[in-house]
Amino acid sequence: MHVPDGFIDAGTSVGAGAMAAGGVGVSLRRAGQVLDEKRVALAGLTAAFIFAVQMLNFPVASGTSGHLLGGVLAAVLVGPYVGALCVTVVLVVQAMLFADGGLSALGLNVLNMALVTAFGGYGLFLLLRRVLPKTHGGVVVASGIAGGLGVVLASIAFTIEYAIGGTGGVSVSTVAGAMVGVHVLIGIGEGVITALTVSAVLAARPDLVWGARDLVSAAPDAEPVLVGEAA
Amino acid sequence: MKARVGLGVFIGIGLLVAFSLAFFVSPQASSKPDGLNKVAIDKGFSDEEKAHSLDGVPTAGYGVEGVDNDRLSTGLAGLIGVTVTFALAGGLFLVVRRAGRVGRHGAPNTSAT
Repeated sequence: MHVPDGFIDAGTSVGAGAMAAGGVGVSLRRAGQVLDEKRVALAGLTAAFIFAVQMLNFPVASGTSGHLLGGVLAAVLVGPYVGALCVTVVLVVQAMLFADGGLSALGLNVLNMALVTAFGGYGLFLLLRRVLPKTHGGVVVASGIAGGLGVVLASIAFTIEYAIGGTGGVSVSTVAGAMVGVHVLIGIGEGVITALTVSAVLAARPDLVWGARDLVSAAPDAEPVLVGEAA
Repeated sequence: MKARVGLGVFIGIGLLVAFSLAFFVSPQASSKPDGLNKVAIDKGFSDEEKAHSLDGVPTAGYGVEGVDNDRLSTGLAGLIGVTVTFALAGGLFLVVRRAGRVGRHGAPNTSAT
């Protein structure tokens, strides 16, 4: 879903850039308050893993492919603020080193693929966790569904940007229908990859999973804020 | 709920998985247009795309300039990308953590609460 230069006009791209910069700035400040030594390493790994999996385009309907965005995955693993920064680093590397995603569109891409997923998608994860069982299985299912819906949210964000400053004169309803339609399919792939990855990390190091930290009881390094969640 | 593997082992295995996916699997990824590009082609705004300003960098388009074997070229680009991403993200989070610790210990110009 990397927006190239030219799809969205300059004014809208600048506006998105300002919003993205604001979101990244807030994330940097808040990340400093939650990062400990373990999470620094996990966050670095999360970014590297998302870069790798973003290269793995999988086929969806008729001549179309999709790939992981990873915002919900990152947010579940390391929290939404650090998670948004993980995906932002990936997008910067892709734009600067691999010419993937336009430079003038970097703000659009950070907004859609890092911030909308890591905050909007993670919000859905939190809602789902309220209704699902308080177990590892519940966390896995919530992360998968939220991951898939996060992709749809990102496609809606692009549609809004196209409505404001899109080029080529295609009607917004046409773009909306096509974008959401194909990204529902891509979202299924995102959901499966997100759920499998969260499940693997929960199996090996449950204490590292931000989105399941309420399930960690009596671990020596459990955060004091979360003790007392048992009722 | 106890940790089943040490942190170093966990990070090491994780990186190994990332490098393996980037090197061995990425050359087999679908080369069809992604969702957004397909919509742009089908609905008729793909011609609006402008050439990327960094199209000239030696790793543009997930390949390594001068490596003729496509699979190897893509795989190497993947290894480079994973390495750079890990280094950049790790470095960023180290700095952010240090700044956050300073904030928690009462530096005057932060809003840490």
